[in-house]
Amino acid sequence: MRHTISVLVENKFGVLARIAGLFSARGYNIASLAVSETMDPATSYMTIVVEAKDENILEQIKKQLNRLIDVISVTDFTKKEHVDRELILVKVNYSPREKNKLENILNKYIAKIIQHKGDTAIIEMVGEQEQIKQLLEALNQFGIKELIKTGRIAMASQ
Amino acid sequence: MKMNGAQILIECLKREGVEVMFGYPGGQVLPIFDKLYDANLKFILVRHEQGAAHAADGYSRATGKVGVCIATSGPGATNLTTGIANAYMDSIPMIAITGQVKTFLIGNDAFQEADVTGVTRPITKHNYLVKDARDLARIIREAFYITSTGRPGPVLIDIPSDVQLQEVEFIWPQEVKIRGYNPTCFGHPGQIKKAAKLITQAKKPIIYSGGGIISSAAHHELKELAEKIQAPVAMTLMGLGGFPGTHGLALGMLGMHGTAFANHAIMEADLIIAVGARFDDRVTGRLDAFAPNAKIIHIDIDPTSISKNVKVDVPIVGDAKNILGQLLEEIEKVPDVGDWLKTIEGWKRKHPLTYKDGGKIKPQYVIEQLYEATKADAIITTEVGQNQMWACQWYKYDHPRTFLSSGGLGTMGFGFPAAMGAKVGCPQKQVIDIAGDGSIQMNIQELATCVCNKINVKVAILNNGYLGMVRQWQELFYKKRYSHTRLYNPDFVKLAESYGALGLRATKKEEVRPAIEKALTTENVVFIDFHVEPEENVYPMVPAGEAINRMIDGLA
Repeated sequence: MRHTISVLVENKFGVLARIAGLFSARGYNIASLAVSETMDPATSYMTIVVEAKDENILEQIKKQLNRLIDVISVTDFTKKEHVDRELILVKVNYSPREKNKLENILNKYIAKIIQHKGDTAIIEMVGEQEQIKQLLEALNQFGIKELIKTGRIAMASQ
Repeated sequence: MKMNGAQILIECLKREGVEVMFGYPGGQVLPIFDKLYDANLKFILVRHEQGAAHAADGYSRATGKVGVCIATSGPGATNLTTGIANAYMDSIPMIAITGQVKTFLIGNDAFQEADVTGVTRPITKHNYLVKDARDLARIIREAFYITSTGRPGPVLIDIPSDVQLQEVEFIWPQEVKIRGYNPTCFGHPGQIKKAAKLITQAKKPIIYSGGGIISSAAHHELKELAEKIQAPVAMTLMGLGGFPGTHGLALGMLGMHGTAFANHAIMEADLIIAVGARFDDRVTGRLDAFAPNAKIIHIDIDPTSISKNVKVDVPIVGDAKNILGQLLEEIEKVPDVGDWLKTIEGWKRKHPLTYKDGGKIKPQYVIEQLYEATKADAIITTEVGQNQMWACQWYKYDHPRTFLSSGGLGTMGFGFPAAMGAKVGCPQKQVIDIAGDGSIQMNIQELATCVCNKINVKVAILNNGYLGMVRQWQELFYKKRYSHTRLYNPDFVKLAESYGALGLRATKKEEVRPAIEKALTTENVVFIDFHVEPEENVYPMVPAGEAINRMIDGLA
C-alpha cells in the first residue's frame, strides 16, 4: 500500500541525503518526493509517498525519520483526513479537427491547454491521483507523447 | 575575543570537559595540531587512525565520558570509519573530528579529499560539515549533547582547514536547543502501570538486559528490581556487567553462545522484561520460535528498537534508569516464582557451562585463571571470535564498564586499542585484552603507542594458529574444509620485545598461572602468548537460524 508522509525538516544542505539514505539503506522505495521551503525559510516540507508492505514497515519508517536530528516532525496521512494533489504536464497530438472532443475531456477534468505549437499541445492538470489517471486514460486516444508528474503534496484538513 | 577555528575547537573541547584525545596528524589538520602543541590537553599519538577511534571508544566505555578522536582528511578520515561504525552499532558516545580540504576545494577531487560526511552518514548519530568558523562553537556544543544523550552514538565534525584558520569572535553558546531532537526520558505512566500488572501476574518472569543498562547507569535499579520480583537475569554481550555475574539470579549471557540455562529460561518464560536490549539475531535465534509463551515488556530509549524484530506487548520508551525506578515504585505485589527458580536451578545443574580439560592448554582455563588472578577486578576487553565468546562465558563481570567488547559490528582489532583507551581513562585498573592470534594482528601497531606512553595494558593471546571462530564454522558446517583459516604468525614474544614491551609464553597448563602473575606484576605492556588447543570449539552453540534452545554442546 502507498502512504503519504509529510516531514518537516531543517532547511540545510545534506538533509535530503539523510532522508534518501534512510530509505535506500533499508531497501524502501520512494514513489514520489516533493520538497520546498515553508513560510519559514529555515524549514522545508518533504512530502514522501512510500510503498510499505505492512503496518510494521510504515511504523519503522516513521520512527526512523523521527530519529534524524534534522527532522522536526513527521505526519502520516494514511489515517488522517487530508487533501492531496499532484500536478502533471502532458504533451499530446493535437489537430484542429479534434478540438471539441479534446476540450470536452479537458473541461470534465478541469485541465487546460497551456501551450499549443504545430501538431502538439501541452496540457496541465492539478488533481488527485485517481482523477489524473482517468484523464490520462481519456487522452490516450490522441496519443500521449510525453508525461511529467510532480510528487504528491498533502495537507491535513484541520 | 577573536580566535581562529582551531583555537575555538580546543577551547570548546576543554569547556566540554575533554581530558584526552586520540589521533594522528596530517595536512588538513595542521592548524589544529599547531594549537594542540601548547594547549595543555593530553594527546595520545596512535599509529593508525583506526586505533584512535577504538581507543576513544574504549575510553568512553570504561569511563562513561565522551571519547574524542581526530584525524586528517581523506585517508585519515576513512581509516576512522570502522571505529566510528563500531561505536555506532554499540551506542557509544564519541566525537570524531576530521580535517577537510579548504571549503573552495570541496568537490574538486583535491589531494586527500573524501566526502567524509557522506561516507559516515549511515554510521553516525549525526554529523556536521563546518563551513564557517562562526558556527563552530554551536556545532561542538550540539555534538557533545547529541552524542551523550538519548541513545548515545558517535558524532563526526568535519572541519575544512581554512575554517580552522578563519578568525572570528568566540561566543560560547549558553545552551543547546535542537528542535528536532528531544529524547524521551521518563516512561509513560500508563505503560508503567501495564508493565507492573504483567509483572505481578507472571509465574515465569525473566529479565533480558542489554547495554542500555550500562549507558544509563541503571545497574542499581536493575539489581533492585530483579531481587524484588525474584526474576533471573540473562544478559546480552553488551549487557555483561550490568548485573553482577556472580549473583544468584544471574544466568550469564544468552543467545548463540549463551549459557544453556539462560536460553532454556527465556524460551520457557511467560514474561520477558527486556531492558536496553534490541532482540538482535544473535540473541533470538529463529525468530518465529523465540519465546513462544512469553508476553514482552520492552524498555528502550530508542523507539526504532521497539517492535523491530519481535512483537512487543508493553513498549516503554525512555531512559532505563528512570523507568526501572518508576517500575519499582509501581510494583506492590510480588509474583510467586518459587517453582520457576527451582526449574532454572535444575537447568543450571543439568547444563552447566563446561569444557573438557586435558591435552594442550584450554583457552577456557586461561580465562578462568585470569579471573582468579585479577580477583574479578580488571577491565577486560576482547577482540572478536572465539576469544570474545570465551571471555563472555568464563570471566564473571560484577560491575558495569568492566567488559568492553565489539558487540554489534564484531570488529576484529577492537580489543587492543580499546584496552589502551580504557587504561588511559582508568590508569589505576588492570586492563587486559583477551585476544586471538588473528585479531591481535589487526591493530598490533598500537604496541608502539602503549609502550611510549606507558599505557601498561596486558594482552592475553589465545594462540591457536587459526581464525578460530571461522574454522569452527568450517568444521561444523563446511565439512572441515579449512579454507584460508590457518594462520602463519610472528613470534609474539620477540615482537613485543622489539617494541620494548615484555613478551611471555605459556605452552603448558602449569605455565599459565605464573605467566599471568608475572604479567600483572610487571610495570610494562605485556603480551602473553598462550599456545592453546588448536581445534577447541566454543560451546554451547546455537546453529544460525535455529531456535535458541536447540544447542550443540559438543560434550555428548
